[in-house]
Amino acid sequence: MSDKLPFSEVVSRHGATVLLVCRAVVGPVDADDAWSETFVSALRAYPALPAGANVEAWLVTIAHRKAIDLLRKARRSATPMADVPAAPTRRTDDPSVVDLRRLLARLPERQRLAVVYHYVGGLPYAEVAAAMGGSPDAARRAAADGIARLRKAESITARGETARAREGRS
Amino acid sequence: MTVDEPCQDLAGLFGTPPGAGELAALGERLAVRADDEGLLDVAYRTLDTPVGPLLLAATATGLVRVAYEREGVEAVLGTLAARVSPRILRAPRRLDAAVRELEEYFARRRTRFELPLDLRLSAGFRRSVLAYLPGIGYGTTASYQAVAAAVHHPGAARAVGTACATNPLPIVVPCHRVVRSDGRVGAYLGGPEVKHRLLDLEADR
Repeated sequence: MSDKLPFSEVVSRHGATVLLVCRAVVGPVDADDAWSETFVSALRAYPALPAGANVEAWLVTIAHRKAIDLLRKARRSATPMADVPAAPTRRTDDPSVVDLRRLLARLPERQRLAVVYHYVGGLPYAEVAAAMGGSPDAARRAAADGIARLRKAESITARGETARAREGRS
Repeated sequence: MTVDEPCQDLAGLFGTPPGAGELAALGERLAVRADDEGLLDVAYRTLDTPVGPLLLAATATGLVRVAYEREGVEAVLGTLAARVSPRILRAPRRLDAAVRELEEYFARRRTRFELPLDLRLSAGFRRSVLAYLPGIGYGTTASYQAVAAAVHHPGAARAVGTACATNPLPIVVPCHRVVRSDGRVGAYLGGPEVKHRLLDLEADR
């Protein structure tokens, strides 16, 4: 007998996190597809998941595979991820969110994924490494480098905005 | 899981949390696709009725569970996950026939249920009691004792009571038509007042 949660409960507990991860990896347009692929695949494998497993880490790992598949498909057919504009969607009129997404999209892939899985998906570095390949230390470094770049880029943007604002006043 | 390190300010900026409507739409699409791909072992939905909201659940075989609100959605789904399969999603489509027949029943346009049933949640003596119950006609009642005799265990009136109290498919399998031999309606898993209402509904036709 299994003591697993009904899968409907898994979706309602972790659906939002998985969607954030998908958006951050493949961008807002393909995120819904990545989300669906993730949960269909998870549903298929769910009965065999060991009881007591970290369900969110498991889902983020599946989301990683599905998102990478979509990225590869997109690259084969057309534009690389970094060129996909982080178009403001209905709910993201906050300019800082849009900026950060664009900055995130420009990070080298391993840095971007490490940042997203650790800071959005909540995966410990051991799990980040299991998802992406490589060692936990390498995952930690990739995330740290990614965050450092984001901070730097963000402060440049912020300074740019301050300068523009000053010009606007004068 | 917590975001532990010095980037909480950034974490919030990776995207606004998805809205409930957006996730609900994704969930609906997932349920349809899971069903199409044969991955949906248990589909469920809720239905508002004159006796309160009911939870309806079906396997590929048929309707497997009807539950009253007082049983608790979480507890009912948890039991289904353990005893049938954890591949459970809210997926109204598979319950269309059950909804139609129940709505007709409550509108007094239906006196017997014809949809396929999955009786796997009941076994042994209890199951033979449930198999007998649809034989008690609409608008009539039988005593626990009479049902015990009918299933060839004349001394087992109390066990018939237990079978009724654990009926996984109330209303559809009419355990509400089994009453005490002294004329009182007796216990009911939806509460005695619901049992009264169902018997009144059938009597008024």
